[in-house]
Amino acid sequence: MDSTVKYPTPQGNPETKHFWEQTVEGKLLIKRCTACGEAHYFPRSICPFCFSDQTVWEESSGEGEIYSFSLMRKSASGPYAIGYVTLKEGPSLLTNFVDCNMHSLKIGQKVKVVFKSTDGAPLPFFTPV
Amino acid sequence: MTIKGKAYLAGIYEHPTRHAPDKSTSQLHAEIAKGALEDAGLTKADIDGYFCAGDAPGGVMAMVDYLGLKVRHFDSTDTGGCSYLVHLGHAAEAIAAGKCSIALITLAGKPRTGAMRPRATGAELDFEAAYGATTHNIYGMCAMRHMHEFGTTSEQLAWIKVAASHHAQYNPHAMLRDVVTVEDVLNSPMISDPLHRMDCCVVTDGGGGLIVTTEAIARSLKKPLVRMIGHGEAIKGPRGGKDLDLTYSAGVWSGPRAFEEAGVTPKDIKYASIYDSFTITVLMQLEDLGFCRKGEGGKFVADGNLISGVGKLPFNTDGGGLCSNHPVNRGGMTKIIEAVRQLRGQAHPKVQVPNCDLAIAHGTGGLLGVRHAASTCILERV
Repeated sequence: MDSTVKYPTPQGNPETKHFWEQTVEGKLLIKRCTACGEAHYFPRSICPFCFSDQTVWEESSGEGEIYSFSLMRKSASGPYAIGYVTLKEGPSLLTNFVDCNMHSLKIGQKVKVVFKSTDGAPLPFFTPV
Repeated sequence: MTIKGKAYLAGIYEHPTRHAPDKSTSQLHAEIAKGALEDAGLTKADIDGYFCAGDAPGGVMAMVDYLGLKVRHFDSTDTGGCSYLVHLGHAAEAIAAGKCSIALITLAGKPRTGAMRPRATGAELDFEAAYGATTHNIYGMCAMRHMHEFGTTSEQLAWIKVAASHHAQYNPHAMLRDVVTVEDVLNSPMISDPLHRMDCCVVTDGGGGLIVTTEAIARSLKKPLVRMIGHGEAIKGPRGGKDLDLTYSAGVWSGPRAFEEAGVTPKDIKYASIYDSFTITVLMQLEDLGFCRKGEGGKFVADGNLISGVGKLPFNTDGGGLCSNHPVNRGGMTKIIEAVRQLRGQAHPKVQVPNCDLAIAHGTGGLLGVRHAASTCILERV
């Protein structure tokens, strides 16, 4: 989607409030469980792997690579590229690829996080490095 | 406890409409219930169990009241397009446990006439909603990854649509009855890479229904006997982003459960109804169910292998969702109905599989590349 697209404002909740406070600072957070050591995304209070409540916030490098993608040729706001990024820290997340030539995306391509504004907290997107 | 041989499919009905602007959705459910009861030779007063999903206006309470049912068992599990394959398994469980003896399952809706309600969302909403996930691009991502890992081609995917079109030409109710070629599919407009328009299913109004009952009641009726011998269900998602793997579906779990309960293997299956929201959906399901090895789906579907009378595994002989009908964007119901027609020997003569005594009906629901469910039903002619 291009820069004229209006993205939905994250609603947030007590479990995710800190995540959205940090996107304002340009930081992408993930959660890590101190009991089993696994990282996950999107953030939960209770670890989805070992069910421990000992999860802590961790700043992601914001770097990763494209796991898969698809270029949607038409939409009300024009073409856009949806995809999954696998972060350096391990978890994969759903996103869009922006500020790039969407026709030259490749699986395995290195990407980094960029934030796009909304009426509230900014949202994470990714762009090729 | 097993459901093997405990539940019989006594009634089926596929609404002939593909466009119903002049009917209400509740009305379509009622017409379908009536059609399934007439097919079974039963009446509304006989029904003591009812199953419906998210397409049913107002949910199970409103539907039971609207239809004027009096039931002692009900289930409104909603797992998108495979809900009805889940319902069939749950109805078999309820019948095996004596919780009901004649169950009605209905699906109906009008996505071709008007916009669908948005999908229900969970805790992922803020983290996914902004990125424009649609069925097209999410299934596109599955196809893209499959091509990357296994060398699957658009030509191979196109063969799935070609096979469906060969079957649809004999179905007078099919929305698309023209036989198409691999080239036709590849030359159709790109919707969301790498899926072309002809890789996508149709959008239709309509629906279908089933009557599921006990052996004793089924034997008292006049229809050929078709029974459930195995069922499996499963749910898969990215699970914290750790388990993301778009090359397989929850069918890798639901399939083996169903085959084990039935005591048969994919080699024994004479006819396969496989959910075909997109061509890639079929290819992945065939691999996941064990009809071929993972990554070899492209070779398996090529050269007409899914065409009845031509290939080794006749599939979706009504034309499937790709050509005939995909009521309410939920294809699980019509998968069961065509499998029952095949087992009864009542499919169109041009596509009827000779001596069809064992069939599979399988589907996924939700979004294959995000979070989805799968349900596998194995059906036998007695």
